[in-house]
Amino acid sequence: MSDVIFTNEMDEEMTLNMGPHHPSTHGVLRFIIQSDGEIIRKAVPDVGYLHRSIEKIGERCTYPGYMPYTDRVDYVAAMFANECWATACEKLMGIEVPKRAQYLRVISCELNRIASHMIAIGAMAMDIGATTPFMWALREREYINDFIEELCGARLTYNYHRIGGVSFDMPKGWADKVKTWVDKFVPLMEEFDRLITYNEIYIQRLANVAIITGKEAKDWGLVGPNLRGSGVKWDLRKDDGYSVYSDFEFAVPVGKGQFGAVGDCWDRFYVRSEECKESGKILQQALAKIDEHPEDDLVGKLPKKIKPEGEAYSRVESARGDMGCYVIGKGAEEPYRCRFRTGSFTAMGIIEAKSPGLFLADLVALIASFDVVAPEIDR
Amino acid sequence: MTPDAIFKLLQEKFGTETVFDFHGDPARDKDPWFQIAPWEIENVCEHLRSEKSLDFDYLECITGVDYPDDKRIVVVYHLYSYGKKHRVVLKAYLEREDPAMPTLVNVWSTANWQERECFDLLGVLFEGHPDLRRLLLPDDWEGHPLRKDYEEKEDYHGIPTIRPNPIELFKITLPSKEASKEAAKEPAKA
Repeated sequence: MSDVIFTNEMDEEMTLNMGPHHPSTHGVLRFIIQSDGEIIRKAVPDVGYLHRSIEKIGERCTYPGYMPYTDRVDYVAAMFANECWATACEKLMGIEVPKRAQYLRVISCELNRIASHMIAIGAMAMDIGATTPFMWALREREYINDFIEELCGARLTYNYHRIGGVSFDMPKGWADKVKTWVDKFVPLMEEFDRLITYNEIYIQRLANVAIITGKEAKDWGLVGPNLRGSGVKWDLRKDDGYSVYSDFEFAVPVGKGQFGAVGDCWDRFYVRSEECKESGKILQQALAKIDEHPEDDLVGKLPKKIKPEGEAYSRVESARGDMGCYVIGKGAEEPYRCRFRTGSFTAMGIIEAKSPGLFLADLVALIASFDVVAPEIDR
Repeated sequence: MTPDAIFKLLQEKFGTETVFDFHGDPARDKDPWFQIAPWEIENVCEHLRSEKSLDFDYLECITGVDYPDDKRIVVVYHLYSYGKKHRVVLKAYLEREDPAMPTLVNVWSTANWQERECFDLLGVLFEGHPDLRRLLLPDDWEGHPLRKDYEEKEDYHGIPTIRPNPIELFKITLPSKEASKEAAKEPAKA
């Protein structure tokens, strides 16, 4: 180590190791960095520490039995992997989901999206050095965890959705509790904006850092908030209209480059914080409309034996963007092949290309602004 | 544009030897697909991306599937167009013994990591790829786990990959009936 510290030559590069247990790398994730002092020449991500071969496990489980494993694809937003697997199987077998179950899916997913974004924006602020927003964000997330626990019994790995529907209906009085919370939450997000999003220091720190243009974002397959942060107005909920999202009114926030170029770290942060408000609006509408549909109509008509043949690719708008599931059935109880396409995986791919010229501290901001979750990269 | 219209368009442009075998049975193939000759895939994809009426700017997913019975490895490409809102599924059939095909890194940058993953887990060689290393598994891992005939080694650098069943470890073995009878008699003797 002493060699490195006392070297003064300007042209000398050093190789640094960041991770796998660095607190700002969002899970077990490692970077090998070649840097010239504070400026990065190249940062090579080394992933795979959390690889659990979810896809191989899928080939050995029955279709309904695979559902709990999908929770582990992305444990910060497990509801979406559940939904993605369920919709893939439904598409493969042509099952229709009852309206009430679809509303419950929307409600559970939007709650989960807020919880996940709370982690994302809170942790991003903390990575940059602001501790208070993280506490605020986690406080709200705690309410959501309690709601989801009441709904399905689990706080993190939900296993709530089923092929053809969902597992439980809302408990009595649950809808009112969530409504009361959402009514408080939406104005609270504006307070949160005053605390951190439009904070002068925060803007100075993040504006014009690691700019990704819309064209680059599409080319590298960025999805979800990362894509919208680059100014591409694309949301599966709006543009694909899956599930019952067409029943609700909500806006799709995109990065506009208010304080710098379009697609900088601040834009990605801004998109997430705005999305929380929109999710709140969807929740309000869904909770008001859900009782139009009969109770206990939770699972659609399933075939007696789940042994589908053929293939299907389905996708949902997860908290980390477009999550896809490709499933091939060969007339057996187990799928022949199942594959998850996740947002964090493609977001990691761009880091090696984007890192040259960044400051070492800005790499932390870049990783945090992508909101990568290590298990989703590695699966 | 519907997938079969795209298929016809491509067949006119590249010929029936490059683009063939359309599958669109609504009961089985929920996303219609067709085959592309593996060595022509870069040209076809470049055309799909740059042609204004097709405009496929988003490579969603690269999946490798192993079919040991047919002695094939199939690489599946899911493409989507943000502007035109249409999708297409391409398949390239490779020999299982020697799976190799050109890379698509020059067409979509996102192919870089997805092809590395496919190489890592299925052993497909993407020729021309700038950095074809293992991605998820360690560099010295042997075999490609998503192949159907993959068998896990018993250990990796002395770390066992199989653990004894914990239930077996803590199982209490009850003494046999005769032994317990004798044990019951003994204190009476004393």
